[in-house]
Amino acid sequence: MTGGTLDVHVRRHSVDARFTLPLREKAITVLFGPSGSGKTTILRCIAGLDRTDRGHVAMNGVTWDDGRRKHTPSRHRHVGYLFQDHALFPHLTVEANVAYGLPRLSREQQRHRVHAALAAADALSCVGRSVSQLSGGEAQRVALARALASEPGLLLLDEPLSALDAPTRSRLRTELRRMLERSRIPAIIVTHDREEALALADQVVVVIDGTVRQVGPPAEVFDRPTHADVARIVGIETATPGVVADSDGELVQVAVGGLRLTAVSTVQPAEPHRPGDQVLVCIRAEDVALELPERDGSHRSPRNQLAGRVTGVTAEGALVRVDLDAGFRLTAYITRPALEELDLSIGSVVVASIKSPAVHLITRYTAGE
Amino acid sequence: MDWQAIGVSVRLALATTAILLVIAVPLAGWLAFTRRRWPVLVEAVVALPLVLPPTVLGYYVLVALGTRGPFGKWWQEATGSTLAFSFTGLLIASVLYSLPFAVQPLLAAFQGVPRRLLEASDVLGRGPAGTLVKVVLPLSRAGLATAAVLTFAHTIGEFGVVLMVGGNIPGETRTVSISVYDSVQAFDYGAAGRTSAVLLVFSLVVLTATYSLQRRGTRNWVRV
Repeated sequence: MTGGTLDVHVRRHSVDARFTLPLREKAITVLFGPSGSGKTTILRCIAGLDRTDRGHVAMNGVTWDDGRRKHTPSRHRHVGYLFQDHALFPHLTVEANVAYGLPRLSREQQRHRVHAALAAADALSCVGRSVSQLSGGEAQRVALARALASEPGLLLLDEPLSALDAPTRSRLRTELRRMLERSRIPAIIVTHDREEALALADQVVVVIDGTVRQVGPPAEVFDRPTHADVARIVGIETATPGVVADSDGELVQVAVGGLRLTAVSTVQPAEPHRPGDQVLVCIRAEDVALELPERDGSHRSPRNQLAGRVTGVTAEGALVRVDLDAGFRLTAYITRPALEELDLSIGSVVVASIKSPAVHLITRYTAGE
Repeated sequence: MDWQAIGVSVRLALATTAILLVIAVPLAGWLAFTRRRWPVLVEAVVALPLVLPPTVLGYYVLVALGTRGPFGKWWQEATGSTLAFSFTGLLIASVLYSLPFAVQPLLAAFQGVPRRLLEASDVLGRGPAGTLVKVVLPLSRAGLATAAVLTFAHTIGEFGVVLMVGGNIPGETRTVSISVYDSVQAFDYGAAGRTSAVLLVFSLVVLTATYSLQRRGTRNWVRV
């Protein structure tokens, strides 16, 4: 399968989501959004398990669902679907589960295909067992093998890792990408987990409140959200309102909390930032570096260095989250040794520096509107 | 003791059960999984024998099967024999009369199969019939057993319909319940008591066997 296109416009209940995906070999698309935003509904409509209401689903120009009369049943769409709860058949063995979608093959071919699929999903150790003897992670591998066995044109995975415990989840996350790439089948994965999206996606479709808010590669979506809602769910720690003070098309000066920050403009040339634009200034905590102020009290520096007072210090795993009042609320992540070196506590004064490209602006209102 | 009547009853019950399972499995499958609304009407019709007096049901069946009825007339032209007051006619009546006892346990069992598994089967390329055979039936074994036993027991115990449609022909339509009734009418309490005792013990054994099978059956599917 090379170079197909999936054209989706799902309308069902409160969902009204539209996007077109190029389905290249090995390409993984993540439908990302909070729980209840309609991601699963979209996936089910692509699989044909639900119908769209006056929308459409078309694969490579073939209409699967026109939202009215035409509805190709799931069994004729030739997609693989991985259910959140595995949905393995409890009365069948592991091998019979994997062979379920291959009734037309000879016994020998079936055996071969089942073995290959189990190997691809790293589930050969499950052979000969009944489904009730599998752990959650094993059941998920067997379910993946079952979906892979019929060599579908498209794989659909609904929260594939959410039913697993945390250690299994993180182990399977890295493996899943490798398995999917090896299968060469384009995949669409639904998840509400940020790390999962970052780890798995070639392309992210952000779904919030039933609508598509942004489509793009993960780095772009996570670091350059085009919408305040997207910024919130991709977990940008600092998102504070500001006003564009000056812009030369490449560098943008933005006033925030009585200070000025410099950002690198990434907005399309067609709609550059203009002075007076109200923006959301987004800064990821790991892009903020902290240092102690100079002894003479000066911290004047050309660009994006701000003095701030520490308002909170919270340990989060290997990192420490430091909240600052720098004229606006700013959050930084630093390592534990750095914390000890800086000897920070609530009330300490530090200098935060942020590289210009790490300051991301989301336009909220354009000047003159 | 009327062994001949017991023989007729057992033959009738076995045949009714066999025919009903063949009819009820696809019917219950359709009722359980269709997305349309109007099948509730079919469900209501299937349940009618539960509320109608057996004599009323028997009356309609008799009219339909009689040589003046459309079905009876067609049957006579096709086979040369009459349906009313024959074993075949009695069998048709029994099938109708026991229909809810076969359909309802199956329907309940089918509806208890997790929807996810049906969707999984669909995505994996199986049509409704394949899914019914490969997933729904194997997971509904307890329901199948219940349907078979209830149908069998209900047919053994039927009286009013037999009286209306079958009459009382020894070796042909004279069932156990009719035999007991006849014995009592003839003040032969000894014969009635012996035949009744056989029926009572037999029924108890069959029901105990089913319920114990069912318990074991449900335990297997806890982890679905």
